Amino acid sequence: MTNFFIFTALILIAISVWQITKIFELSQTKKINNQIADDKDNDFNGKMMFAFLIFIYALTIYSFFAYGDVLLPDAASEHGSTYDNLMWISFAVIFFVQTITQGALHYFSYKYRGNKSRKAFFYADNDRLEMIWTVIPAIVLAVLILFGLYTWTDIMTIEEKDDTLVVELYAQQFNWKARYAGEDGVLGDANIRFLQDFDGKNVVGIDSTDPNGFDDIVVQELHLPVGREVIFKMRSQDVLHSAFMPHFRAQMNVVPGMITEFAFKPITTTEEMRQNPDIISKVKKINKIRVENSKELVASGDEPLEPYIFDYVLLCNKICGGSHYNMQMKIIVETEDEFNKWIDDQQTFAEVIQ
Amino acid sequence: MSITQENNHEEDHGHHHKETFITKYIFSQDHKMIAKQYLITGLFMGIIGILMSLLFRLQLAWPEQPFGIFEALLGKWAPDGVMDPNVYLALVTIHGTIMVFFVLTAGLSGTFSNLLIPLQIGARDMATGLLNMIAYWLFFISSIIMVASLFVEAGPAASGWTVYPPLSAIPQAQPGAGLGMTLWLVSMTFFIASSLLGSLNYIVTVINLRTKGMTFSRLPLTIWAFFITAVIGVVSFPVLLSAALLLVMDRSFGTSFFLSDIFIQGEVLHYQGGSPVLYEHLFWFLGHPEVYIVLLPALGITSEIIATNSRKPIFGYRAMVASILAIAFLSTIVWGHHMFISGMNPFLGSVFTFTTLLIAIPSAVKAFNYITTLWKGNLQLNPAMLFSIALVSTFISGGLTGIILGDSALDINVHDTYFVVAHFHLVMGISALYGLFAGVYHWFPKMFGRMMNKNLGYFHFWVTAIGAYGVFFPMHFIGMAGLPRRYYTNTAFPYFDDLADINVTITVFALITGLAQLVFLYNFIHSMYYGKKTEQNPWRSTTLEWTAPIKHIHGNWEGKIPHVHRWAYDYSKPGQKEDFVPQHIPLKKGEEELQH
Repeated sequence: MTNFFIFTALILIAISVWQITKIFELSQTKKINNQIADDKDNDFNGKMMFAFLIFIYALTIYSFFAYGDVLLPDAASEHGSTYDNLMWISFAVIFFVQTITQGALHYFSYKYRGNKSRKAFFYADNDRLEMIWTVIPAIVLAVLILFGLYTWTDIMTIEEKDDTLVVELYAQQFNWKARYAGEDGVLGDANIRFLQDFDGKNVVGIDSTDPNGFDDIVVQELHLPVGREVIFKMRSQDVLHSAFMPHFRAQMNVVPGMITEFAFKPITTTEEMRQNPDIISKVKKINKIRVENSKELVASGDEPLEPYIFDYVLLCNKICGGSHYNMQMKIIVETEDEFNKWIDDQQTFAEVIQ
Repeated sequence: MSITQENNHEEDHGHHHKETFITKYIFSQDHKMIAKQYLITGLFMGIIGILMSLLFRLQLAWPEQPFGIFEALLGKWAPDGVMDPNVYLALVTIHGTIMVFFVLTAGLSGTFSNLLIPLQIGARDMATGLLNMIAYWLFFISSIIMVASLFVEAGPAASGWTVYPPLSAIPQAQPGAGLGMTLWLVSMTFFIASSLLGSLNYIVTVINLRTKGMTFSRLPLTIWAFFITAVIGVVSFPVLLSAALLLVMDRSFGTSFFLSDIFIQGEVLHYQGGSPVLYEHLFWFLGHPEVYIVLLPALGITSEIIATNSRKPIFGYRAMVASILAIAFLSTIVWGHHMFISGMNPFLGSVFTFTTLLIAIPSAVKAFNYITTLWKGNLQLNPAMLFSIALVSTFISGGLTGIILGDSALDINVHDTYFVVAHFHLVMGISALYGLFAGVYHWFPKMFGRMMNKNLGYFHFWVTAIGAYGVFFPMHFIGMAGLPRRYYTNTAFPYFDDLADINVTITVFALITGLAQLVFLYNFIHSMYYGKKTEQNPWRSTTLEWTAPIKHIHGNWEGKIPHVHRWAYDYSKPGQKEDFVPQHIPLKKGEEELQH
């Protein structure tokens, strides 16, 4: 079924090859070698235009049917549902316009395919018509812009409240680290100049003269308590990176020399997301593929692939060098209790440098 | 002005001096020859660019599999035939650079601006043939340097076609950031110089050398498009030059325009106080208008071809001109939509969302006007016409997803994913490429005096049209699944394992489409020598270039330059015998020129 496109394409190509050879033959016998489209060409290509319209519609419908299951599941963050709504509204507009305009374009190409007896209709201008298709897009866009800006402002307005969790995301070629503020709730000062202190144990460059830094906790796995707003403060030590958390509809570039920010409230724990029907069927499909791939690996004497269990991921989404494709960090969203238990087990900066 | 007058003698005399092989074919100052030089250089670069895309598509469909062709073409960069990740990045970088600048800017705009501006406005040549020649040769040098950078030991530039610092600035960051990057910058400097000289020439020519009667409101839309494109180029390319120069300073002279607080490979670098965000602003101040530098000429070409082959006037000439102007103006104030999540102030993002979505309005007007031009026409479906119709189709398909990407809120989750790749390839890559193909099929008789084979043209068109959608339509889904672009492979994330099938489908389509371009190349080269000899006006078109003799002469017209008496779109005008009235035919007694 996946090869449906290729199949359709091959058929259409085959038809055109066949037609073209036929045309070739005909032109050979009649000794006509005019390279300007004649009625026959117009007729054939006009009909092909109609077939092409069907191809575009079929491709669209088929893609949603076949590829719909690769799309991201429901957003796992609070602002994510607004984001998804806006996305679907925009898509509805796009599909509507796409269907109509492609339909008109290709149908006209078919309907008005030329022949000797036709005469084109001299029609150079119509102010009212042009006004209509200037004003209607303007109105639709105005609505989208307003909704978009409202959403954007809402997402990007970052306010620290009492229960807000502040986490530093630290990027380098080619891994991520996260720093939690510890007991005092304040991240200690940091700078890349301190990275070489303590025989390289100071992995994010915490300033050891700042007392706020000693209880900071640096980890390689991002844990977030569900239902609590998180503000990410992002730093990079070398090149541009981008912290991309697709399941949370969250992304921000990480820029050396400055601190960038993004905030969201996770609303679905990892455990809950694993029970999401979309994720269950996706994981099932992935594991089926992995079993297939494992067979080949085992046959060539390698270890089989491990079965896949869903986890949220943080990806790097700004080209950052050779291993850009593998710069990732696991994200775990858990209950407040689980989170507190986990963070108590981690070493503080003071413990690390002792 | 002295040059202008000299070149635009009403009477043709003194243009038949003897030309040697070198002055005629190599250091030619004749715009028609320079156009061909641009086209052939552009096509050559296009072959390299497309070939690269096929190589990395193979890697994406069958990650880390050995391919003989990798070993043959990439040598030690593909040990045992498996592509190296750094080489993957180099390939996408140079593919982007070559396609955007060398093929779709110089190859498209360079070719057709040169060919058509003097011929369609009724001028003997460009305002200054010498500058025109120098512009081409700067482009040629730039191409040579870019190709040469492919043979550098550590590989060519590999930080994406946008070459964001610090990745492009610090040699320790990646292999391509060394000599490869230096050559990239040198090449682009030549390219910008070439583009500026070319653009200034186009602007001066259009303003000063129009023949008698060729008012601005009678200019064919091709000329409007080339003219405005040149203006955008002059406004925005210098800014890229300054970005490139500052980057050179940072790389070679220790300044800190774009760099600050960097620790790499166990070493604290001295850079303080610069910001990569500044570079992004400078880059995209060109980078976004560049999209329209690529697209407007294609739209201009399409306007001309659709009108001619529909045997109808282009619908809404004034609106078409106005939308070109609106797009040109807006294009210079929307660059920030590439940077919504760059770390710049979110309020700035709001402003850029507003200006960006405004561009959809003139774009929509253009699309609707094309469709209305087809309505009740007598469509002559020549290969050029098919490509023009397909251009409108991809322009719509790709343009519509711009509504999502231009919306700062929605951009958050699709930024830099394959959704973006699908969007811009359709709306500017494929559309502009279709414009290039349409232009070549349509003006081939003008350039070479012969016709291209239509049946091969049809074959080329249908395979390409189906293949292009087959490649880029499924890509939207990969992007919405959350897969970032510029990933060597997605196998590092089991979460994306289910995308493998789609990637194979895309690559198969890409290979088929790539192969179909060979048919075009064959047709192009074969027809140059053996094509059917053309009539003077094969498409029965109204514009002035078809009144010039088939055999090229320096000075374009023997005797007097034709005068213009009407607009360029008198097709199927009621009361006329023929279904077209060329621009140089005076109005009949009692005939009114359309108030357009």
